[in-house]
Amino acid sequence: METYELLSAVLLAAGSFLLLSGGIGVLRFPDVYSRMHAAGITDTLGACLILLALMLLAGFSLVLLKLMMILAFLLITGPTSSHALGKAAWKAGVKPLTGKSLQR
Amino acid sequence: MRHTASVTLVLAAIWLGNSGHYDALLLSFGVVSIALVLWITHRMDVVDHESQPLHLTTKLPAYYFWLFKKIVASNIDVVIRAWRGPSSISPQFERVPAPQKTDIGRVIYANSINLTPGTLSVVVEDDYILVHSLSSDGMAELKSGEMSRRVCGLEE
Amino acid sequence: MLTVTTVTLLLVMALALSRAFVGPTVFDRILAANMFGTKTVLLIAVIGFLFGRPEFLDIAMVYALINFIGVIGMLRLIEYLEDENSSSQEEDA
Repeated sequence: METYELLSAVLLAAGSFLLLSGGIGVLRFPDVYSRMHAAGITDTLGACLILLALMLLAGFSLVLLKLMMILAFLLITGPTSSHALGKAAWKAGVKPLTGKSLQR
Repeated sequence: MRHTASVTLVLAAIWLGNSGHYDALLLSFGVVSIALVLWITHRMDVVDHESQPLHLTTKLPAYYFWLFKKIVASNIDVVIRAWRGPSSISPQFERVPAPQKTDIGRVIYANSINLTPGTLSVVVEDDYILVHSLSSDGMAELKSGEMSRRVCGLEE
Repeated sequence: MLTVTTVTLLLVMALALSRAFVGPTVFDRILAANMFGTKTVLLIAVIGFLFGRPEFLDIAMVYALINFIGVIGMLRLIEYLEDENSSSQEEDA
């Protein structure tokens, strides 16, 4: 097994763990705003790690360029859509739970 | 003019990178579609220093490198909270001052707040950003203003 | 390791779907749908490598863009519907 394959396996494992944590967070957190933070993990670092691992496997080619483009699209659209979602929820009058009030 | 040139360059790079075929027919299709997109963007009047922030080119990489370290740190924090469950979070919802002078500065600031998990910009106004944060630590860190100072540094 | 990642992605997509079913607000469902979409992009890319067919990346790229536009469109529709509801209520009153 080559070094870069090992490195990409490590990145894939770390990325999978982050994705799973994000999925767990989306299920467990109490309101829509805090769930958005959990979805944020999978959108930023989770996607980053998995696409980096695939870039290592791809080597220098057009495939590498396409992976970089997908990563750029995800990193640009992710925060934009979560801001749009947060703003729409706020405008529709969904109030965030704050502080210790949610700890029963 | 510089902005039009940079749009053209980016479009050409996207076409060449995605097609992978370099014969005359497909290259001419590329030229036609780039011309079409340029015409549409000029009609929409969106080719300016905001969509193509060329004056920031030299400063942005250093900022995003710093931001990436922040993203990793806050990711680890949110992962720990996700596994420990709802009792480990105490969400905050407050206004954070946004002293940036230009619209693009405020957008970069709000975007950076959104990119770091644990903080979410909900409403962006002229002089403040309404931020939802997963913990009081995250809110305190934003209010200490380091990120805001760095974005202001980009504007100069 | 690619197989493990594929299985994890499918599991996370199932978690997102269950959040979309449970709700409770419409925004939870859109959040879950958005998350499902970005995970699909990653799944298509990983499966392309798993089966040795990197052409799948083109599909993943298109999916990333369509997912974004779809979410923005859905949010617009909901804002529009709510505006209409509130204005019709004012007319009733």
